[in-house]
Amino acid sequence: MTGVTGAAEGAVKDVPGARAAVVPGGFGRPSLGARLLGPQRRNLWFWAFVGPFAIGLGLFTYVPLVWSVYLSFFDAHNTVSPTGEEFVGLDNYASMLTDDAFLGSLGTFLLFTVFIVPATYALSLALALMVNRLRFAQAFFRSVFFLPTACSYVVAAVIWKLSIFNGVRFGLANTVLGWFGADQTAWLSTTDPPWYWLVIVTVRLWLQAGFYMILFLAGLQRISPQLYEAAAVDGARPGWQTFRHITFPQLRATSVAVVLLLVINAFQAFDEFYNLLSDARGYPPYARPPLVYLYYTALGRDQNLGLGSAGAVILALIIAVATVVQARWFGLGRKED
Amino acid sequence: MTGIDRRRLLAAGGGVAAAAALATACGSNTGRGGGGSGPGISQWYHQYGEPGVERAVKRYAAAYDKASVSVQWRPGDYDRQTAAALLTDAGPDVFEVNGPLLDQIQGGQVVDLTAEVEPVKDDFNQAVLAPKIWQGKIWGIPQVIDMQLLYYRKSLLKDAGVEPPQTLDELVDAAKKLTTKKAKGLFLGNDGGVGVLGGTPLFAAGLSLIGEDGKVGFDDPAAARTLGKIRQLYADKSLLLGAPTDWSDPAAFIQGLTAMQWSGLWALPQIKKALGDDFGVLPFPKDGAGGKPSVPVGAYGSAVSARSKRKAEAKAYAKWLWVDRTEYQQDFALSYGFHIPARISLAKKAKELREGAAADAVRFATDHGYAEPLLWTTADRTAYQDALSRIIKDGANPESELKTVVRKANAELERVKKK
Repeated sequence: MTGVTGAAEGAVKDVPGARAAVVPGGFGRPSLGARLLGPQRRNLWFWAFVGPFAIGLGLFTYVPLVWSVYLSFFDAHNTVSPTGEEFVGLDNYASMLTDDAFLGSLGTFLLFTVFIVPATYALSLALALMVNRLRFAQAFFRSVFFLPTACSYVVAAVIWKLSIFNGVRFGLANTVLGWFGADQTAWLSTTDPPWYWLVIVTVRLWLQAGFYMILFLAGLQRISPQLYEAAAVDGARPGWQTFRHITFPQLRATSVAVVLLLVINAFQAFDEFYNLLSDARGYPPYARPPLVYLYYTALGRDQNLGLGSAGAVILALIIAVATVVQARWFGLGRKED
Repeated sequence: MTGIDRRRLLAAGGGVAAAAALATACGSNTGRGGGGSGPGISQWYHQYGEPGVERAVKRYAAAYDKASVSVQWRPGDYDRQTAAALLTDAGPDVFEVNGPLLDQIQGGQVVDLTAEVEPVKDDFNQAVLAPKIWQGKIWGIPQVIDMQLLYYRKSLLKDAGVEPPQTLDELVDAAKKLTTKKAKGLFLGNDGGVGVLGGTPLFAAGLSLIGEDGKVGFDDPAAARTLGKIRQLYADKSLLLGAPTDWSDPAAFIQGLTAMQWSGLWALPQIKKALGDDFGVLPFPKDGAGGKPSVPVGAYGSAVSARSKRKAEAKAYAKWLWVDRTEYQQDFALSYGFHIPARISLAKKAKELREGAAADAVRFATDHGYAEPLLWTTADRTAYQDALSRIIKDGANPESELKTVVRKANAELERVKKK
């Protein structure tokens, strides 16, 4: 079995570009096993390396995905293997799409995205511009601003909830307000004005601004100094004019990547919402993004896995459409000139 | 400058990974030692906060001589863990559950325990036994009774010239008078009472969640009027919100952040230790002409999984522990935390429940206790809590909010009756 191919392989190894020798003709057709293994057993190695990942992806991503689409057509309370008589067709989709709480959660999430994406973008760009101008201690400030990225969302949320923004007089925010004679505010429990947004948005800003700052710094360092020199020669004033006409346009590729990542991250918002606002008895009806709502529907005491799956499918479709539209709009993958 | 060299970092990383792998291995251990082929019964409990409970339940299990029982102590989100485990064969044989819920019974996840409980059925507290019964059959054995009640600080009320409130209007007034720059009048949980109150104000108004006729019990103008008064508490800024601990923990009350707090009976020993005699207990005060005081009672039930491969043994064990061995039931209820035994005969015998605030609490539970009915499903509860949150915090119109909940509850009643 190895005779002919062994020789052929030897030939391939010795003479680069001699792969044509394996082609049927001179040495005869290689056996099926040999063909499956491929030249230099490349197929074998391909599957040895890719196989475990592919199996994991199939088992833990695609099978559950397909299963949840299947479940979404059933009245699957407390079961993942519903019987035929529990088939309800599109009922779950209909009730999800007329469910005020679910539609409200989509609105919440839109509001969150509209706010958090520009805010993080502006903050991390500003940080990058400042750090980039530093003449000394640049590495220090880069690290300091990047450090929060290493903190987990859960830990940060707990610190925000219990020590900075707790509602009693000895919370950090209330202590500071107390110096100016203001009353204590229950940050996470008040809906009018909706102070909870301040808590949710600041925790995410603190956690992720440093990471995007690093991306912007890399982008800034790629801009050729000649451009700035040429602009100066042409009479561009340093500051806003240079930023507007040189720096910002040159950061286009970085900006596209940053905005895409930010939007995807906002889509996946769960950790800080859940840890800031949930308690043993459930989750309040405000600031409830779709993932949190579906988590309670499908995996909470409800165990309404059919309805939850229908919601997940709807959400997945929305995310897919949004991503495609966004990629088109930004011209993602288009060649840069 | 190097600080940690690369080798040490890798070694540390490896250690962390190994620890994580170990933790995962523990997490998936179902206590059956070979994927369900062992001869033993596995029993699950949620993690009780009181010291000694774990040792006690293991001691009871070890005393059972007909089969070997392995007890699993499950920290974390217990409801969710059991819900997930009941979908598979790897779940427990016997487990305690905050239910069983109607969907679990209808979904065939738990087995009928009527024959086990029947001989002593009348000795169980009927309020907590009722939600374990569906279509005449008993699906869970009540373990101990938990209840909630209102704690108040006698000295603070006296200083403010306030009498212990007997009606909801008096409670609203008292909370307002007791609120100072440093402390609030009343603590109903960090969400303003949305989560913990549930049907309590409705019962205080003489209504119910699901009536005895099987219909929605709060389709009544009185419901909107009562919930409007809870909104008043919030609007007056009399409620403590955003405390470091929630309603279930007496810390806010003991630290003087609030003059009154709604909490559980389990908090009583801790409060007594900290405040001595400077506190009293009340039921949720009545509201309106048809109103009556109300306290919520409930019991974790011991249930047997329908997926169990040893159903007969598991049922026999559940009966042995929660029906036959009254000395263990008494020990479990009173030696660690503070609960009322689910058996009337045991509750009568308990010395700890005969004096002071504890005796008052037991009286409230007997006279004014209500349990959430089995027909009040999780979907109903979510809809009701959402409405309550909008009424209390946003000042939404209680009537229209309640109409939405009534509609939802009617739809749910339709759904569960079809099965």
